[in-house]
Amino acid sequence: MTAWLNTIAQGVLVGGLYAMFAAGLSLIFGVMKLVNIAHGDLIVLAAYVALMVTDALGLNPILSLIVVVPVMATVGYLLQRGLLNRALGEDILPPLLVTFGLSVILQNGLLQLFSADSRRLQAGGLDVASVKLAEGLSLGVLPLLQFALAVLVIAGLHWLFYHTRLGRAFRAVSDDPRVAQLMGLDNRHVFGLAMALSLAIVAVAGVFLAVRTNFDPATGPARLIFGFEAVIIGGLSSLWGTLVGGILLGVVQAIGAEIDPGWQVLAGHVAFLAVLAIRPQGLLGGARR
Amino acid sequence: MPEPPLLGVAALDAHYGDFQALFGVSLTLSRGEVAAVIGANGAGKSTLLNAIAGLIRSRHDAILFEGEPIGDLPANRIVGRGIALVPEGRRLFPSLNVEENLLIGGQIGRPGRWNLGRIYELFPVLAERRRQASTSLSGGQQQMVAIGRALMSNPALLLCDEISLGLAPIIVRDIYATLRQIVGAGTAAVVVEQDIGQALAIADRVYCLQEGRVALEGRAGEVTRADISAAYFGV
Repeated sequence: MTAWLNTIAQGVLVGGLYAMFAAGLSLIFGVMKLVNIAHGDLIVLAAYVALMVTDALGLNPILSLIVVVPVMATVGYLLQRGLLNRALGEDILPPLLVTFGLSVILQNGLLQLFSADSRRLQAGGLDVASVKLAEGLSLGVLPLLQFALAVLVIAGLHWLFYHTRLGRAFRAVSDDPRVAQLMGLDNRHVFGLAMALSLAIVAVAGVFLAVRTNFDPATGPARLIFGFEAVIIGGLSSLWGTLVGGILLGVVQAIGAEIDPGWQVLAGHVAFLAVLAIRPQGLLGGARR
Repeated sequence: MPEPPLLGVAALDAHYGDFQALFGVSLTLSRGEVAAVIGANGAGKSTLLNAIAGLIRSRHDAILFEGEPIGDLPANRIVGRGIALVPEGRRLFPSLNVEENLLIGGQIGRPGRWNLGRIYELFPVLAERRRQASTSLSGGQQQMVAIGRALMSNPALLLCDEISLGLAPIIVRDIYATLRQIVGAGTAAVVVEQDIGQALAIADRVYCLQEGRVALEGRAGEVTRADISAAYFGV
């Protein structure tokens, strides 16, 4: 019994990481209807940035976020203004292809710079520390921190979307980009800020990913799939849905792995397909934006 | 030196891709004046407003506002100069509630007499519904939000694109009564309408477009119905 409880608890905590993968994707899709195929590779890029920062400054990976988050946010803004805005338009296909190309470029660029060796960030004891809740049930400090941050990120995004000027601008531009210009909004700038925010979240996700598991330049696409699945399970355009989707995906994967280690990823895909078949709008989709 | 007119449109051409919608349209409007632009469907009325508002870019000096060329400015910069458009079909932001729709109209922070409180005085029913989704309002109330949203930017020139469209006659009368209050306080307006009666009653000047060209222009009191019919249908 406690073994299962343990499995589910670990799954929930991993779900927080998936929710962070998903929140950045969902944000971009919500604001500019852009499906960012390079999202997973940007997570891996953030992990490498964190690697360089920790190597250069000797910082703990968690502290390195102070540098990695603003760096990735800047990358996001420049990427949007310099490249993606030029591809956005009535047709959703060109930006999709551009981000696909970007994904290939990022993977190969990272391969050139860092080789195919798999790397990992050392969190100096924090990565193995745990809290014992009961006999046979203990939770890692790092996963707990990661989950708490995921909840904080999504609550923060929700607050930003519904209670700030910037959030109002995001929603207006998403609703009707043409009329939004009549309100004095520069869509290109608003999109740039949305991508900056998305990559700030990617930075957090990338650092936690890099502490949790090994990464190499080719690990991006799998993160993208998990992010997509969490978004679809939770419901497109629902921020809290990404958390629900992430948790469900994490739990199902953990249960799958418990039954047979080979079933971990497969179980997630099956859950995703089941949601798509039974409730295509997602668990929280359609209820509230 | 005489003060330049508030708005001067000179030999304006406008294109949608290969299709030319306006051919050498000229229009002049003084401070506080109201111009009615009438014409059949497809005559180019909305195109003219969209060009003035910057949604369609035109030649640098094809549009002068307060003496300065604004023809090639993007829409998001033109609103700051003091031109606000009430777009055809209202085009409220569905994911913003009534108050947020108004607030976003005022977010450029242009100073002037209009603010949230004044808009609620003008349209008391909106104050009662401030927290509601804009999509839950009636057509007339949505039109009030669209007008209020435009006013929140404190324009010197208000562009109204078919604000009577799809509304009951009694509602149209109320909306126009309010518009009269707004222009009475000194805001100039260009009113595009299919409802010629409403348009002529509020306007100082009238322009009739036909297939992208000005077919008739004159003072509202001086043009006759027969002139308008002739210009409207090109007979």
